[in-house]
Amino acid sequence: MFFLRNAWLVPAVPGACFFLILFFGKRMPGKGADIGIAGVGLSFLLSLGAAVKWISMSTPRHAVERHVTWFKMGGITVHAGTHIDGLAVMMLFVVTIVSLMVHVYSVGYMHGDRRFTFYYAALSLFTASMLTLVTADNTLLLLIGWELVGVCSFMLIGHWWEEEVNSAAAVKAFITTRVGDVGLMLGIITLFYAAGQNFDIAHLNRLALTGGISHHLLLVGALLLLLGVVGKSAQFPLHVWLPDAMAGPTPVSALIHAATMVVAGVYLVARVYGVFLSGLSIGPLGNGINALALIGGITVLIGAALAFVQDDVKRVLAYSTISQLGYMVMALGVGAWTAGIFHLFTHAFFKALLFLGSGSLIHAVHSNNMSDMGGLRKRMPTTFWTFIVASLALAGIFPLAGFWSKDEILLGASRGDYPLFLWVGVIGAFMTAAYMTRACYLIFWGEYRGEGHPHEAPPSMAWPLRILAVGSIGAGWLSAFGFHGFPNWVSFDVEGVTREVIHEYAFSVPLAAISLAVALIGIGVAAGYYFRNLGPHGLTRRNGPARAGYRFLEEKYYLDKIYIDGVIRSIQYPIARGMYWFDQHVIDGFVNGVAFVSGKVAGFVYNVIDQKVVDGAVNGAGFTAEESGGILRYIQTGRVQQYAAVLFGAAGLFALILVLTTA
Amino acid sequence: MLLNQFLFLAAVLFCIGVYGVLARRNAVLVLASIELMLNAVNINLVAFGAYRHSIAGQVFALFVITIAAAEVGVGLAIVVLIFRNRASIALDEADLLKG
Repeated sequence: MFFLRNAWLVPAVPGACFFLILFFGKRMPGKGADIGIAGVGLSFLLSLGAAVKWISMSTPRHAVERHVTWFKMGGITVHAGTHIDGLAVMMLFVVTIVSLMVHVYSVGYMHGDRRFTFYYAALSLFTASMLTLVTADNTLLLLIGWELVGVCSFMLIGHWWEEEVNSAAAVKAFITTRVGDVGLMLGIITLFYAAGQNFDIAHLNRLALTGGISHHLLLVGALLLLLGVVGKSAQFPLHVWLPDAMAGPTPVSALIHAATMVVAGVYLVARVYGVFLSGLSIGPLGNGINALALIGGITVLIGAALAFVQDDVKRVLAYSTISQLGYMVMALGVGAWTAGIFHLFTHAFFKALLFLGSGSLIHAVHSNNMSDMGGLRKRMPTTFWTFIVASLALAGIFPLAGFWSKDEILLGASRGDYPLFLWVGVIGAFMTAAYMTRACYLIFWGEYRGEGHPHEAPPSMAWPLRILAVGSIGAGWLSAFGFHGFPNWVSFDVEGVTREVIHEYAFSVPLAAISLAVALIGIGVAAGYYFRNLGPHGLTRRNGPARAGYRFLEEKYYLDKIYIDGVIRSIQYPIARGMYWFDQHVIDGFVNGVAFVSGKVAGFVYNVIDQKVVDGAVNGAGFTAEESGGILRYIQTGRVQQYAAVLFGAAGLFALILVLTTA
Repeated sequence: MLLNQFLFLAAVLFCIGVYGVLARRNAVLVLASIELMLNAVNINLVAFGAYRHSIAGQVFALFVITIAAAEVGVGLAIVVLIFRNRASIALDEADLLKG
């Protein structure tokens, strides 16, 4: 039980490392990287211990809770503690392993960077924040982790802030997620009051599922939380920050996309799933289209479509992440809790691998653009085969990780009687397979189009790729071939609620065959287009509507334009002008008036009170002291015997008075 | 036991001490007079202690003797220093602290 009871150590270790690196990092032989790797490595071992303990626990497993009193205010006691169940253990494992790989990888990738030490400090804090969020047993602590994650992503995306594009991207990421965070904060406050002034998550879930909170209140709470999720997990329509976040160093992108930052939103939904389940009437509680599934479904398709028109390899992956996060949110929206979380688990491995692989490519080619790559299959064999493994896993090819988890999501949508989302999932799978084929073709086949001689990555970068490749192949087998490991270990259990709220689905061969076939067709179509040069090449140049469609995608559905021209400009210009007028006339008038009155009052105070009363008193005190001193100095003769005479005289006088009064 | 005799002796000694402190110019003799006053007090303490069958008087007297020894040590040291500086231990000449 040590690992489960002391799970607070997992976030505490990288948190301590943050300060150690900040203060001592520069003096260490590895410039702080050694501390960071050791800390995250220790965290990983602790998480591994927790996972082993959790799995070996006898069923039914109960969440291990532990807390201390954080503060008391107005009769409300707020606890801070850890709530360790299957979900938390799984997240601890995923976050620490991906973070460890990123830490190791960064030694090579960031070698010689001018803020190398600070980079490692920020990575440690990033990891610690995400782990805090994962282990938190109440929404307040979760919010703190959530915001810290946001701050760290801001620091790391803007790591090379000397270039304006990068700092702008960091600001955009921060502000966009902040829009959602307003909703999250309001949601937490709503649910705090709804649950009887209690931040505890387990309590909240129990109340929500047993009808302790009214449906309307839950609906409001769920929609507000959803706003936070949309911002953080880059769901439509607040997904615009994620592609720009590619401005950060590539290992950071891997960390953001696979383990920290963006999965925080999905994790939040999974953690307070009771609220969403009852509030949005998901699954057995009603099969209508709900906001969660709808947003997820839209995101799957728009993200995948945008991935087709990108030239920057990291942007392809960014849109792919948006699409995959859409899958997770959609799965949670159709009641397939385990499937969504399982997809989060498998996705972490292959998306981290894809990003680290693209980092290796960028390291070799010195360009983010696929138009500068090509033909790298022979020159970078390790990167090549790991990238292909990850791409196939992402596309959902049997028997790699993505196949099993994507299949579970489709199964969830079909069994939950959500035919619309089943179609979305199938079309999404087709598009995923096709755009990854396009990316792989542009990177690894054809002629090399860049400059210089690309070389294979150094060992510190190659080994994380190999390890993650093993994960990308094997992670799916935890719930495969009739083996129900993952669903047994990680499930949504609320103590005291026996209702069958979450369906667990067995593997379905026909559906799996369909999804595999769809993915293979996707690969086939894209391969035919690129490798065999079949199909309508140059259509976008010849055909008007096709060109318009291409442009529409290239401009990212004009969403950025709408936000900047529609939202920000409309605030900037008319409102700014109005504010300026208000500022000049009303506020300035008020300020000037206040200043004028203050001046008059101050003049009165100076002339009358300060000069006459205060100064009079001060001077009077000085004068009195001087005069009395002048008189008293006459008895100060310096003759000891005279003093003694006065002393004895006074003592005698008092003795006389004493005798006379007592007699 | 008659208490009065002891008290009378102490009063006489104390008065001699006061006279010495106030009247003599020689600092050593002033210190000796202070010693006389302290011992007058000691006689009082011991006498009252014996009269009330209490050990407290003698204990206090012992403390007074101890403190007196320390006091004389410090006092004589000061006197020696004054003598070294001014070649005189007449108290009425040592009036530098006059205001």
